[in-house]
Amino acid sequence: MLAVHDLAVRFGGVTALESVSFEVAPGSITSVIGPNGAGKTTAFNAITGYLRPTQGRITYDGVSLTGLRPASIARRGIVRTFQKTSVFPALSVEDNVLTGLHLRGTAGFFGVLAGRRRLVAEERALAAEAAAILEFVGLTQRQREPASALPYGEQRLVELAVALAARPRLLLLDEPGAGMTGAEKIVVGGLIRRVREQGVTVLLVEHDMRMVMGISDTVIVLNGGRVIAAGAPAAIQVHPEVIRAYLGGSAGSA
Amino acid sequence: MTRAGGWLVVVAALTLPLWLQSPYHLHVAIMAGIFAVLAMSLNLLLGYTGQLSLGHAAFFGIGAYTSALLTLKLEWSFWPALAAAISLAGAAGFLIGRLALKLRGAYFVLVTISFAGVISLVSINWIELTNGPLGLPGVPAPQLGPWSLRAKTAYYYLVLAAVALSYVVCRRLVRSRFGRALVALRENEPLAESVGVDVTHYLVLAAVVSAGMAGLGGSLYAHYTRFVSPEVFLFTYTVTMVIMVVAGGKGTLAGPLVGAVLFTVLPEALRAAASWQWQMLAYGVLLILLVFFLPRGIVPRLVASFPARR
Amino acid sequence: MAELLQHLLNGLVLGGTYALLGIGLTLIFGLMNVVNFAHGEFYTLGAYLAFAALALAGLDFFVALAAAIVAGAAVGWLCEITLLRPLRNESIDTTMLVMIGVWIAMQNAELLVWGGVAKSIPHPFPTAPLVLGPVAIAPLRLFVLVLAAGLIAASWLLIQKTKLGRAMRATFQDRDTAALMGVGIGRIHAATFAFGSGLAAAAGALLGPVFLVYPSMGDLASLKAFSVVILGGLGNLPGATLGGLLLGIAEELGAGYISSGYRDAVGFVIIILVLLFRPSGLFARQERIA
Repeated sequence: MLAVHDLAVRFGGVTALESVSFEVAPGSITSVIGPNGAGKTTAFNAITGYLRPTQGRITYDGVSLTGLRPASIARRGIVRTFQKTSVFPALSVEDNVLTGLHLRGTAGFFGVLAGRRRLVAEERALAAEAAAILEFVGLTQRQREPASALPYGEQRLVELAVALAARPRLLLLDEPGAGMTGAEKIVVGGLIRRVREQGVTVLLVEHDMRMVMGISDTVIVLNGGRVIAAGAPAAIQVHPEVIRAYLGGSAGSA
Repeated sequence: MTRAGGWLVVVAALTLPLWLQSPYHLHVAIMAGIFAVLAMSLNLLLGYTGQLSLGHAAFFGIGAYTSALLTLKLEWSFWPALAAAISLAGAAGFLIGRLALKLRGAYFVLVTISFAGVISLVSINWIELTNGPLGLPGVPAPQLGPWSLRAKTAYYYLVLAAVALSYVVCRRLVRSRFGRALVALRENEPLAESVGVDVTHYLVLAAVVSAGMAGLGGSLYAHYTRFVSPEVFLFTYTVTMVIMVVAGGKGTLAGPLVGAVLFTVLPEALRAAASWQWQMLAYGVLLILLVFFLPRGIVPRLVASFPARR
Repeated sequence: MAELLQHLLNGLVLGGTYALLGIGLTLIFGLMNVVNFAHGEFYTLGAYLAFAALALAGLDFFVALAAAIVAGAAVGWLCEITLLRPLRNESIDTTMLVMIGVWIAMQNAELLVWGGVAKSIPHPFPTAPLVLGPVAIAPLRLFVLVLAAGLIAASWLLIQKTKLGRAMRATFQDRDTAALMGVGIGRIHAATFAFGSGLAAAAGALLGPVFLVYPSMGDLASLKAFSVVILGGLGNLPGATLGGLLLGIAEELGAGYISSGYRDAVGFVIIILVLLFRPSGLFARQERIA
């Protein structure tokens, strides 16, 4: 489904990614792990159009994504979340999700100005969809509160809800478990599995090894901007290069 | 605002010439209306996309000059000239909108100021077209069929119609998918993009509508005062618009209206007591105080104090 | 050819003062990240203070200039500690609005105090121009050029060689580390703003006797200062210096060869073109630190 081929990202004198190649099979949950600074978020940024790769090709269902802007990539069904908590702070939880439903709406500039009746019905339908998504992530009771007022763990759920609202076929999650308690992580892991059951392919960056090994079909390991291993969780856990990368000097994680 | 309150305002506005009969009061009402249109236009950009345009006087001025020149020199009728004024101002907004794509915050402000500065210099120096600093006197009053709209009462209703139209446009845009996209861009642009909101499309459209609306205000101004000169590009107009939006409440629909009425009526009421220099000085101090004590403006504070029954 | 040289010389005189304005603003906008729309008002303040010192208090010309600069810096310092310090953690838009308020308030206060009629600042220099080969220059303008150059050099020295300058550079590169190393962040911010405002006041005090002094003279000064900062790159002192000189020369050449009515447009056009095509400035060698 997603194929990254020979991706390199270099700026100034820094090489963030070099010769990175991997594939994501449709319907799978693939995790990208690696020590801090290994280039995981950079890879996400390159795939989703926030960064222009210096070299390499990224294709989705055979069509090239390189050079496309993030909004265009979202239109193709690829949606990402962000490493740092990213919500629309002043908006209510419900409005956050409604914004995520942007691509589901058809109300264009002229239609809105004309006040067409069809659009009123559309707004109602969107509100219903938003309610359904909030129920899925378990935030129905928070829907009217401003997103910024929510505790950290719930804000990350809002993020997930917003991303799901955009109806991705490929969902990129950047450290969905970061900063969460053990219980919250189990919830998130469960949600990711249920999302996959609905036919969404998931690519995630994560540091929590238990979470990663528990839900992933494939694990890709980055270190120093390069892929050092890729395969099933069990194989990765005993891979000598991987063990060396984590224990051999970089700040510990997991 | 409660529904009853809203209807009261509408009725009051519709019947204003009945109970405010003096020409002076009607004049104040007309100016308040023109500024309401301008304030709403600025609010669309500042309040909803979060970008501050300090060159909005440029769109106002382009609208005024276009309308004046077409009716004076090419003897167009008011209505097509109005349409042209809105279109030309909107086109200028398109230009600024495209520039905004690369720039945000302070840089956008600087570009808008520079743009206004260049347009202002053109209006002063391109004497063959604009008559330079002497301005264009004798701009004709609008005609609606056989009736002239020269009288203050008639013009008041013209301006009221423009205010109503602008309000409806803003309201429809803001309370829709379009408005959500704008606010999303203001609140968290990368996140908005990640769910498919096309920055280019929305910022440019917002700029075009904002500029076109300011052009509408410009045309109304030109045909009311019946004189257009480079003074329309004076920074005082932009400052007044900014105060109206910031004090009234940016990002709200009623804010610019409240601000426009307040800051048209207040200076007139205080005119006997203090000169316009004192007024402008007060505006400066007020802006500082607002930022410290009432950053969201008057309307949100009122709404919070008197929660409307939903 | 002589005409060209004359324009270049005139451009240098103006450019020197633009460089002062630019250096001041590049520190405030580039380093402190404050969108100081009131920068031109300190320029105006410098001019009016020089006027007051000379025409009203009858002070010696050079003393008056010095007093204007010091007073400008003092007002800047006051402004920073009362208005900007409480807002330090707010967004850049908030401080921008406050500085717009200061701009409006200062300008209209000056209008009320001094009136709208332009004033002329007396100076002790002879009016007959000095002839230096193919060009001529009024002694006053030569003085302006020399003093501007001196102040620019002093600024460079301050930033590069003194403890204060080092502290300033450290603060704006990495505030937290600087604080940990014992730098008084509040004092550095106030000092930077005061310094920048003092330079603006200097430019005003220098140009005041050359042209006339009127309340809205600061509007164009502000914009030209921004133009210089954008041209030279934010926080870039040599860039601001070169940018200022370039702007002055460009204006003079434009006014001389194209049209004098549009001379002020040069600054505007520079802002638009540079922001469109080379947002980091013509001379910026590295990414902006902010």
